[in-house]
Amino acid sequence: MTTATLSSSDVARDITATFARRRMFAFGIPAVILLYLTYTFFAFDLPGLAARARLDNAAILLSDFWSHKTHVTRDNRSGELVVAIEGENKGTYPEGMLPEWVTREGDVTRIDLGTGHMVTYDDAGARFVVPGYGTIDVRPVDGKLALTAPEPLPAWINAADNKVTVTTDAGRFNYTRSKVETFRYQAGWELFFFTLDSPFFGKGPLELASLAMTGDRVDPARSNIGYMLSEFWTNKMWRHGDVAWAIFETILMAFLGTFGAAIIALPLGFMAASNMMPFAALRFAIRRVFDFIRGVDGLIWTIILSRAFGPGPMTGALALVITDTGSFGKLFSEALENIDEKQVEGVRSTGAGTLQRARFGVIPQITPVLLSQVLYYLESNTRSATVIGAIVGGGIGLLLTQAIITQKDWEEVAYYMTLIVLMVMLMDSLSGWLRRHLIKG
Amino acid sequence: MVDIAYGPQGGQRPDMTSTSASYMEMVRRKRMYGGILMVLFIAVFASGWVLADHRNAGGFWNGLPQIDDFAGEVISEAWTNRANLPELFLEFLPSLIETINIAAVATLLGALAAVILSLLSTRGLARWPALIPVFRRSMDALRAIPEIVIALMLIYILGGGPVPAVIAIALHTAGALGKLFSEVAENADLKPVEGLSSVGATWGQRMWLGVIPQVAPNWLSYTLLRFEINVRASAILGFVGEGGIGHDLKLAMQWGQGRYDQVVAIFILLFLTIVAIDRLSDHYRSRMVKGH
Repeated sequence: MTTATLSSSDVARDITATFARRRMFAFGIPAVILLYLTYTFFAFDLPGLAARARLDNAAILLSDFWSHKTHVTRDNRSGELVVAIEGENKGTYPEGMLPEWVTREGDVTRIDLGTGHMVTYDDAGARFVVPGYGTIDVRPVDGKLALTAPEPLPAWINAADNKVTVTTDAGRFNYTRSKVETFRYQAGWELFFFTLDSPFFGKGPLELASLAMTGDRVDPARSNIGYMLSEFWTNKMWRHGDVAWAIFETILMAFLGTFGAAIIALPLGFMAASNMMPFAALRFAIRRVFDFIRGVDGLIWTIILSRAFGPGPMTGALALVITDTGSFGKLFSEALENIDEKQVEGVRSTGAGTLQRARFGVIPQITPVLLSQVLYYLESNTRSATVIGAIVGGGIGLLLTQAIITQKDWEEVAYYMTLIVLMVMLMDSLSGWLRRHLIKG
Repeated sequence: MVDIAYGPQGGQRPDMTSTSASYMEMVRRKRMYGGILMVLFIAVFASGWVLADHRNAGGFWNGLPQIDDFAGEVISEAWTNRANLPELFLEFLPSLIETINIAAVATLLGALAAVILSLLSTRGLARWPALIPVFRRSMDALRAIPEIVIALMLIYILGGGPVPAVIAIALHTAGALGKLFSEVAENADLKPVEGLSSVGATWGQRMWLGVIPQVAPNWLSYTLLRFEINVRASAILGFVGEGGIGHDLKLAMQWGQGRYDQVVAIFILLFLTIVAIDRLSDHYRSRMVKGH
């Protein structure tokens, strides 16, 4: 490489040294990574993780994602029967209305759990018929529970003096002195379209369509289709209207944050570019401002702003504006420094002033670069707005974290997750579409 | 173009005999469309701010002076307790290290997954070309799910600690880096790969010896950039979920007055860390990509 007078032994030594160094790297870097992972293995207490992990929680979460359960509860003292979806007030069947798999004659309640599993509540107690096993009979005797079932008792029957629990694939059964409960699991999200008190509950899609097109008005004051939409929109269980608002708020935060930051950063970017700003001191100062804004994490800006402006979407939008002004300022000033000076010279030769040179010589060159950066940030800010929304209390992020913190509305979590993923994908394709059409013309 | 813009009828077309007039006509038209778009954008943008201001708990003009108040309150309290700061730095150092560790492990694992995913989804390199769309869509899905969703669900299953955050960030990193890696790998020279396959190299050997050496500098540069992003993400996840310096910050903020010196200490630690990582990754990236 240096001169032609290198002797062959020099070359050989060089190559051997290079190889030795390469070999050291090839084995050294993986070894360092492995060492680091071993250190974190213990620093993160992975051996203790197995003890802390709650696989039953995982099972609850997964089954809640795609199914729901209905509670059929009888108060053993008053004899009152309550059928409620997920055991919630909002999902309680009104008086005189029962799902088709529950029948009631006098004080005898029959619950058909499917595949031959039958539960009967009556005055004496309750019976659970499990096909292939037999009848489990529970009745109170002298203040204790007497269990009669084929011996030996299998593991899925848990019997004590004051509580009997039976768990089968078809459903769960709980008997205590005060009440007897049966849980039936069914696929699907419950009451997703209409709640139980709606006149449209339990109707098939065809029936609904014919009702919407031709049927008599359920409510004489308005058309069926309008009534249906408003019943769906104000669904108490799923609150579709509120969720749509929250999604809109999140997108609004991302939109306002991204474009607000771009509008602020554009003049600042001009002032920070070495070929636009003759005063080195001002240029230096503005660059340090950008560095400072980017250095202070978005989290910190969000916290400071939410103290000042209170919860809501504007706080989130302002947090995004501040965080992105730093990044945009840096990107814009770099783009400005990379422009082709010839076009500016050409405009200058026609006698144009500073502003005209910027407008006709510079802006047309940097617009594609700037727009593509801004649109890329619009997409990534949709995701950030979800997280920031959880902190500032606005948008879908807030609904999501609230639903997760209650630790029981996992079907709502699944619903919000689906919506968030769809929202991000939509914004991704929207920003890609805009990039293609605005930039390539 | 003119045919498309004005239709084939003769009368409507601009008079091509006087180029200057037709040019001015086109410019006017273009300016009009640009103006309409601009007015529309300004209207949407302004009404968006008004709406957001309306939905916010505190208004913009009421809140503006409060930024000052809050910052002043925090700084004055920290100033009176400034003697505590060095001690507080030491106190929060372990959780800062935990935050950085979360980001580092997540970046490592995510980058490893991204290497495999990107090679499997790059045309010309894929092990199973028919499955390219499957791997691409799965990377899209990994990118689309925000980290916070996975982290909060894993906290429910795995309990607290750093592991949920690591998994959440690593999954997102795998999707984000996978896309970038695959774009780099698409431009790789295929001749070394062909040479290797002519001597009977397996797919793994072709990738390891033929592709990785070409793309390694760019890949490493993207990974360093991602590490910086992940440090920020890890701090935010700590604030919303559990673990690391974000969690300490949340506790100090919830306590409010009386612990503002802790808040300031954490702010300074985070600021210094992010600036340091930013500088380091900038330095090494320019060295790797430009080769010096």
